[in-house]
Amino acid sequence: MQKNLMKLIAGLSIVGVAGVVWAGPVMETTQKQPLNVTAIVMFAIFVGMTLVITYWAASRTKSASDFYTAGGGITGFQNGLAMAGDYMSAATLLGLTAMVYSNGYDAYLYMIAFFVGWPIILFLMAERLRNLGKFTFADITSYRLDQGSVRTMAAIGSLTVVCFYLIVQMVGAGQLIKLLFGLDYQVAVIVVGILMVVYVTFGGMVATTWVQIIKACLLLAGGTVVMLLAFSEFGFSFNKLAEKTIELHKLKDQLFAPGKLLADPVNAISLAMGLMFGLAGLPHILMRFFTVNNAKEARKSVLYAAGFVGFFFNVILIMGLCAIVIVGTKPEFFEGGNLGGKLIGGGNMIAMHLAMAVGGNLLLGFLAAVAFATILAVVSGLALAGASAISHDLYARVIKKGNVTEAQEIKVSKIASFGIGLVAVILGIAFEKQNIAFMAGLAFGIAAAGNFPVLFLSMYWKGLTTRGALAGGYGGLTAAVVLVVLSKSVWVTVLGYATPLFPYDQPALFAMPLAFLLAYVFSITDNTERAAKEREAFSDQWVRAQTGFGADGAVSH
Amino acid sequence: MSSEMYARIKENPKFKELVSKRERLAWTLTGVVLVLFFGLFLTVAFAPAALTIRLGSGFVTTGLLFGLLQFIFFWVLTAVYVRRANSEFDALTEALLRESMNGKK
Repeated sequence: MQKNLMKLIAGLSIVGVAGVVWAGPVMETTQKQPLNVTAIVMFAIFVGMTLVITYWAASRTKSASDFYTAGGGITGFQNGLAMAGDYMSAATLLGLTAMVYSNGYDAYLYMIAFFVGWPIILFLMAERLRNLGKFTFADITSYRLDQGSVRTMAAIGSLTVVCFYLIVQMVGAGQLIKLLFGLDYQVAVIVVGILMVVYVTFGGMVATTWVQIIKACLLLAGGTVVMLLAFSEFGFSFNKLAEKTIELHKLKDQLFAPGKLLADPVNAISLAMGLMFGLAGLPHILMRFFTVNNAKEARKSVLYAAGFVGFFFNVILIMGLCAIVIVGTKPEFFEGGNLGGKLIGGGNMIAMHLAMAVGGNLLLGFLAAVAFATILAVVSGLALAGASAISHDLYARVIKKGNVTEAQEIKVSKIASFGIGLVAVILGIAFEKQNIAFMAGLAFGIAAAGNFPVLFLSMYWKGLTTRGALAGGYGGLTAAVVLVVLSKSVWVTVLGYATPLFPYDQPALFAMPLAFLLAYVFSITDNTERAAKEREAFSDQWVRAQTGFGADGAVSH
Repeated sequence: MSSEMYARIKENPKFKELVSKRERLAWTLTGVVLVLFFGLFLTVAFAPAALTIRLGSGFVTTGLLFGLLQFIFFWVLTAVYVRRANSEFDALTEALLRESMNGKK
């Protein structure tokens, strides 16, 4: 039976040229070490488990509130795990470990910037989000502004971020399964697309949350085990580890100095802003604030999430450093056995190679299954956030102006998740060659400049009017997208031009202030009657944001 | 009706107390986080050598130490906020809402 499975995989992998190249070495190791089947079995167990959960969740998902926010019945601890899970994607595990491996201290700075958004979102936004919102963050942006136009703007912002982020996840999935199973990249991407649509359409937020919680636990456990095993080879001595890495790495002692990744001050600050405020504009994270009962649980969610994320980033630092010594000295992980050459499976496979080196096939299988599970869970969260933007914001509130039954709304969101799945598969295939951690940075830039400024102003600034919100939202989003297109990652890498027109990786430093400025200018010059009413309505919104009075309760409706 | 309630809440001195106390804490903590974080990034940009000083005879650098301390300290600050908000501020909110409800009659 195992042989048949291998034949099937070998057969499938001949579909594309990449598949043929891949089938060779991967098939060999699989046949020599039949334990690799464990990886497939472990992943199958995870999928089986999540499908059971989805089946169970489907029976509990009846109302729109169940579908979008799991009926608000998630506890702070569960939600914290799920938020951390949403945040710790494949790009985190694979991309950041790879970044530590090649850039050292720069990657640590990158991770601090990824982390620092959590305290900020707690201090300035968490309870207000919970007190004002219902299903999507557009509920808050459009709270006292024009429903049709402002919601449309917020939904477009959500969908753009979801699209970019989905690319990251799909590329990660394709690469990973290519390495582990010898499957064709495209087949892998399609499998992820199908599973994600199944979770979201049948199980809604209940299934998405539990898939996320299980995956977060597995990821934390898997990463920690790999880290401990690897670190034990150095007697858990950081000095010993650092000494070895400096000896072996081509950066020498510059490995622990700020390096080329952040050499340009403008680039560094822009990146920091993008990652920091991007968190506060990610629709799938913001949506999680509505799955808890009250502001108290919302705050606790952030405390737990920040704890898990901070811990895991430090695990990744140690993993990446250990990999320099453990993976970097073993020819079997390099193409053609060429030490220091191209890594088998590409640079993003460092974490996987490390697992193989310290724990053999069993641990590789486990970590690979966890990484695949991670991708599935994150894309599901994204798909749900995207589908909510389409069904709750665009369809129910904008097109139907609220005259819609819950059943219709849920039906539309299911169709929407199918559409998002399709788009994700197409984009995943189109962006095969991109560095995935870098792409996550781009999604953050758009979240920071497109979504965050208007959301923030709508909660804090009385003067914000519909006109200002639209100018700020569309302005920030357009600026971010244009700057990303003109930056190296698209202009040079994708479009093939020689030099980028925008020299920085992150648009946030320029696009975010522009969004604030546009929102401000177009609001204060707005002398319409509607604007006056909108400013007046701020008072009630302010009281509700502060006290939670009138907030959507947990098991309401 | 709820607008009436909102007006009544707003008039209650407890509301002002709640808002000013919470805003002060939230913005102070935000300020601390932003200053330390952008301080680190400005050091990276303008004085990177300051982050490569080794502590004692080992390989732990100032940069690594500041990095680790940011993770730990920022998390402690979230714990500080959650603790105060979930006890003091929530109790104040509850009292405020109760008073405003009773004032209705």
